[in-house]
Amino acid sequence: MEVNVTVNGAQHRVDVEPRMLLVHMLRDRLRLTGTHVGCDTSGCGACTVLLDGTPVKSCTMLAVQADGRSVTTVEGLARDGQLHPIQEAFKEEHGLQCGFCTPGMMLAAAALLESNPDPGDEDIRWALSGNICRCTGYVNIVKAVRRAAGAMRQTATQAG
Amino acid sequence: MYPARFDYVAPRSLEDAVEALAGGGDDAKVLAGGQSLIPLMKLRFAEPSLLVDINRIPGLDGIAEDGGRLRIGALVRHNDVVGSRLVADRLPVMAAAAPLISDPLVRNLGTVCGSLCHADPAGDWGSVMLALGAEVVARSPSGERTIPVSELLVDTFTTSLAPDEIVTEVRVPLPQRRSGGHYLKLERKVGDFATVGVAVQLELDDGRIGRAGIALTAVGPRNVTATEAERVLAGAEPGPDAFAEAGRLAADAAEPVDDVRGSARYKRAVVQTFVERALTRAHEIAGGSR
Repeated sequence: MEVNVTVNGAQHRVDVEPRMLLVHMLRDRLRLTGTHVGCDTSGCGACTVLLDGTPVKSCTMLAVQADGRSVTTVEGLARDGQLHPIQEAFKEEHGLQCGFCTPGMMLAAAALLESNPDPGDEDIRWALSGNICRCTGYVNIVKAVRRAAGAMRQTATQAG
Repeated sequence: MYPARFDYVAPRSLEDAVEALAGGGDDAKVLAGGQSLIPLMKLRFAEPSLLVDINRIPGLDGIAEDGGRLRIGALVRHNDVVGSRLVADRLPVMAAAAPLISDPLVRNLGTVCGSLCHADPAGDWGSVMLALGAEVVARSPSGERTIPVSELLVDTFTTSLAPDEIVTEVRVPLPQRRSGGHYLKLERKVGDFATVGVAVQLELDDGRIGRAGIALTAVGPRNVTATEAERVLAGAEPGPDAFAEAGRLAADAAEPVDDVRGSARYKRAVVQTFVERALTRAHEIAGGSR
């Protein structure tokens, strides 16, 4: 079946079997390997992408369901060679160790900051509770999201 | 991990979806949120021959008050319930349960109706809807019928739906009297299935309890209604004694089994404590303790 999907702003037309999962289309067909397959049983959130801005598990959705919709992967965060403030903050706060969960973490964080520009630690932990990290103990991830929120608010103020 | 091969259609109207499902025979399945069905298909526990994706059908994603009840369409996601003012104002038991379902990512796609049709005894909505006395509306080529949730949930992963029926909405009666409700859930971690869950709904009538609804999650082959506990509360004076008695009777109604989440004895004890606690909270919400 043909799927017409916008990924990170670019239009793609992909011919897939109905049983192909969205994560496999992204990784194997579009070669966007930043989206990771972790548990493969809908439990870990490593495969998190934004579907029309909403974070979802791309291993628990069929590629054909994305027809006509817009998907953002971690590759879509940086703009013009500039890291996204969330990526910058994860780097600065050491919000990762092995990095496997990081793309999903950052996209879940991006969705949170879109709806809540100034979240408290509890809000952050709540919003990221579907994303599992086995290295960091989450402390630096929460710090990173808080730092990113501050940076993005400052940019918004300057722009406004 | 890929599901087995299947045919896929994404009709744009309910009529087309009903026709497609009927044409697909006994192995056709409806795809709504997919947050239970797709994992089951990946594990090959489910191998439907045809998926009828209802996500492209307009008009199924609303939560609306209509003639003394709340109508929740087949595409209403768990997170839509979290964000609903109408639900928060009128049905606190739903508002309490919604944010405890699975994890935030699953809540963005999974649906209330889909969860009911999945009939997992560890599903939270089953208990909530039993406590509220809700019913679902099912559409098939032969027409439409309503099914009380108490009759929908037959056994583990088994409903009374015919293979050609699509649930289009769940209808929740809106309490006409002072009322309160609450949901409590014990889980090992976010996203895990409930160890125990408890849904309660209390309606007050002139200072006494009018109707009480109590149902239990993950302690039986399906969501369990605590009938005896409901019965002793009806007409009783609300308060610690009645709530403690209801907790004991609900624990008797539970049919838990020993598993990795705890022993049957432990789960029964949790049911007792949770029912008592949830009733106390529901009574507060109803304004009964003022």
